[in-house]
Amino acid sequence: MRIKFSYIFVFLITAFILLIFFKSLFEDKSYVPKKINNKIENISIEEFYSGNNLMLKELINDEKYIIINIWASWCIPCRQEHQYLKNISKITDFKMIGLNYKDKKENAEKFLEELGNPYDVILRDKNGTKSIFFGAFGVPETFIIDSELNIVRKYIGPLNLENQVEIEKLLK
Amino acid sequence: MLNLIGNYSLILALITSFILLFLSIKNFKSDSNLNFGIVVSISLQSILICISFLTLLFSFIISDFSNLAVYNNSHTTKPMFYRISGTWGNHEGSLLLWLLVLSLFISIFVFRTKKLLISFRILTIFFQQLIITGFLLFIIFTSNPFQLIIPTPTEGLGLNPILQDPALAIHPPILYLGYVGTSIIFSSSLAALVCRYTNKEWASDLKKWTLISWIFLTLGIMLGSIWAYYELGWGGFWFWDPVENVSLMPWFCLTALLHCTSVLEKRSNLKSWTIILALSTFILSMSGTFLVRSGILNSVHTFANDPERGIFVLIFLTVLILISLTIYFKYNDIEKLTRSFLLSKESAIVINNWFMMYFLGVVLVGTIYPIFLEVITKEKISVGPPYFNQLIIPFLIPFLFIMAIGPKLDWIKNKKFDAKFTKIILLILSILISYLIAKNFNTQVLYSTLLISAALYLFFISITDLKNEKLKLSQKVSHTAFSILIISIILNSLFSEEVSVNLKKGEEKQLSNYLLKFENISKMEIDNFTSLKAEIHVIHNDNKLKFYPELRLYKVPETITSEAAIKTSLFSDNLVVVNYLKDTNYLNIRYQKKPFMLLIWLSAIMLAVGGLIGLKKNFK
Amino acid sequence: MIKKIFKLLLLLFFFNLISYSFVKADNSKVDEISKNLRCLICQGQSVYDSNSDFALSVKTLISQKLDAGNSEDDIYNFLKSKYGDWIVYEPEINKYTLLLWLMPLFLFIFGGLLIVKKLFINRT
Repeated sequence: MRIKFSYIFVFLITAFILLIFFKSLFEDKSYVPKKINNKIENISIEEFYSGNNLMLKELINDEKYIIINIWASWCIPCRQEHQYLKNISKITDFKMIGLNYKDKKENAEKFLEELGNPYDVILRDKNGTKSIFFGAFGVPETFIIDSELNIVRKYIGPLNLENQVEIEKLLK
Repeated sequence: MLNLIGNYSLILALITSFILLFLSIKNFKSDSNLNFGIVVSISLQSILICISFLTLLFSFIISDFSNLAVYNNSHTTKPMFYRISGTWGNHEGSLLLWLLVLSLFISIFVFRTKKLLISFRILTIFFQQLIITGFLLFIIFTSNPFQLIIPTPTEGLGLNPILQDPALAIHPPILYLGYVGTSIIFSSSLAALVCRYTNKEWASDLKKWTLISWIFLTLGIMLGSIWAYYELGWGGFWFWDPVENVSLMPWFCLTALLHCTSVLEKRSNLKSWTIILALSTFILSMSGTFLVRSGILNSVHTFANDPERGIFVLIFLTVLILISLTIYFKYNDIEKLTRSFLLSKESAIVINNWFMMYFLGVVLVGTIYPIFLEVITKEKISVGPPYFNQLIIPFLIPFLFIMAIGPKLDWIKNKKFDAKFTKIILLILSILISYLIAKNFNTQVLYSTLLISAALYLFFISITDLKNEKLKLSQKVSHTAFSILIISIILNSLFSEEVSVNLKKGEEKQLSNYLLKFENISKMEIDNFTSLKAEIHVIHNDNKLKFYPELRLYKVPETITSEAAIKTSLFSDNLVVVNYLKDTNYLNIRYQKKPFMLLIWLSAIMLAVGGLIGLKKNFK
Repeated sequence: MIKKIFKLLLLLFFFNLISYSFVKADNSKVDEISKNLRCLICQGQSVYDSNSDFALSVKTLISQKLDAGNSEDDIYNFLKSKYGDWIVYEPEINKYTLLLWLMPLFLFIFGGLLIVKKLFINRT
């Protein structure tokens, strides 16, 4: 009797473990911080051309949302997404802010000359520390934030047409 | 041509497997000698698998790129040594090596156990053939190393440069010998259960296999650690990375088993527990393989992931577990345990097993908990070094003390615990010294003091015991080695120093009491990579050390690896690693002083030597 | 006996020498903290071990935060709020991780009880 009980017990535990192993075969193993949805501190960031420091809140006048796009001239996917950024920037009543990530100023300028400049304001993150406040860990990443500096949407990796449509819908 | 030979010998080996399964069932009842057919088939199978392995090896040596595995993992510019090690540096080849060892081990078993019960031998062969069949099916259907590419490419893709390291070249074969040895332990335990052969005779045979696996596993883990230390270049040698943990789990189990078989051998006690340990060891090895090969674990050591393979291994694992559970519960009689006395060698061994199981539990839970949490709640967490350190290190303190006392206790009962004068002196001295060591840095004085005193106490006791002729030499050597290992690891983690700075050529910088100078850098083209060698001077108390750390830019596949410059002495390693900073002409220079590194490796080798001595004695 | 003790004292003296030849380990706080953080780019490595852009930035940020007077815990909490619990190697105790911390300890207690019951009490 006791043996039977422990057999069933051990058997069930093993079955459970194997089941979990089986299910985990189909899980995505790499980690992407998707769900983290929070407020950004009102930090100061250097303006790209003048080198003056700007507070994040100063960027927001009466817009409901602003877009912050983290980019760099050395980042190849950034080239891909550039056309979608330009399309989105045609909507007028909001600001698109570019955050230039760990880049050389000349290269960044060349990049914008070549592909066009969709940004209303460009900020500069020389050592990559400012991007951490947004919860970014690579380039490109795009954030839509509201006037209280809450992150409303977050796109990791290059934007595509689908994202563009979604963003336009939100902004209109 | 080569591919065909390899492929057909694998298929023939599979057929032999089926024949063997059939023969062993048919001859199970025979009580005469081992059936001639079985002996022939087993030899034949080993030869066939050997042929197919040699074929693959040969394909790697002559760079036969019509073979997919060779194409994916080799390159003509690669040095011969790494072409050879490339054979098992990939998924398919390593499985073939595993299979080879499986079949060699069973051949050895057949020829070395002539004195044992015949039905037990046949059943062991049967269970081992089940495992071999599983592996053969796995290799042939999901990871065939002999796949053709048409048309034949002229050049291969190259072996991951980080794997081009002498320690890593021999690490897998050694580790597999350890893993595969546990398969014999598994088969033999199941056979012994069914034949009701769990007696002293069986225990002493089991002990040999346990020792063999244990020696190889110990060396294998050490080599992996050496590789991480020299090649990954971070100055660490153990990262509690899932893949490392997976190799550590069977080690704990084997260590427990090693001690436990002595009890069975000497006192005919703890039968069920020995069997449970023996079965779990192999199941843990297999689960480890599953976790690593299926890519479920997020680790630095990445293998190509393929869910199909994962499912296959999982099914195989399920079958193994089902068989072992059913047989265990069907055949294991409720054992009348002999009562133990608190102060006896037996209870010391039981306590050893208790701690080993706890350590195993910590590593097991820490490794697979994130997987469970993710599947059940979708939450993702990381379990890393702080978790393992916090749960393992405090328990080391009592463990080491018991390890010091245990070996000298008598088997049945100690008349009185003779607290000898020397022992107490030693204890006091250990605590005193440890306090002095721990005092040098303010944090957690009490904790470190206790930990170091436990390790020192074990060390002193083991040293004084070396002359004690009542004790077994193997045990004395291993316990001394273990104490040195623990002391070295503790002191290493407490007294490691490091400074890091970004410098341009010609610059220097003073950091705490080290002056770092970036003197020069030279470029050289070598075989299959470009080498950038920096000359770094480290000046400390008028003592100048010159280092030549290296960056290697590999062409195929395109990667940069960093080779640390390490100056080793008995008590301390000095190392400098440089890293390339993108878009600048600065190098990140990291200087580390790591005490007792050499002692860690030496004591691990000594640990294995202790096992070897025990093995030699058992074969007498 | 006396000879033995003398030998031992010699050994101890030797060990003492070694232990005093070390200065107090003076490793930077940044290294200490970054060893406990997991890098999001190369996910098998710690921030300390990684040389990715992300890891370098995190290291810079840690030193900035330390200079600004933040404590170690402040930094962990800040990074957790940005990237989730995944980034720290030491999972905090909450409803998800309670079992992670307790299971091994339960196992230890259970094992101890089992040994006492099977070997020391039940049999004669």
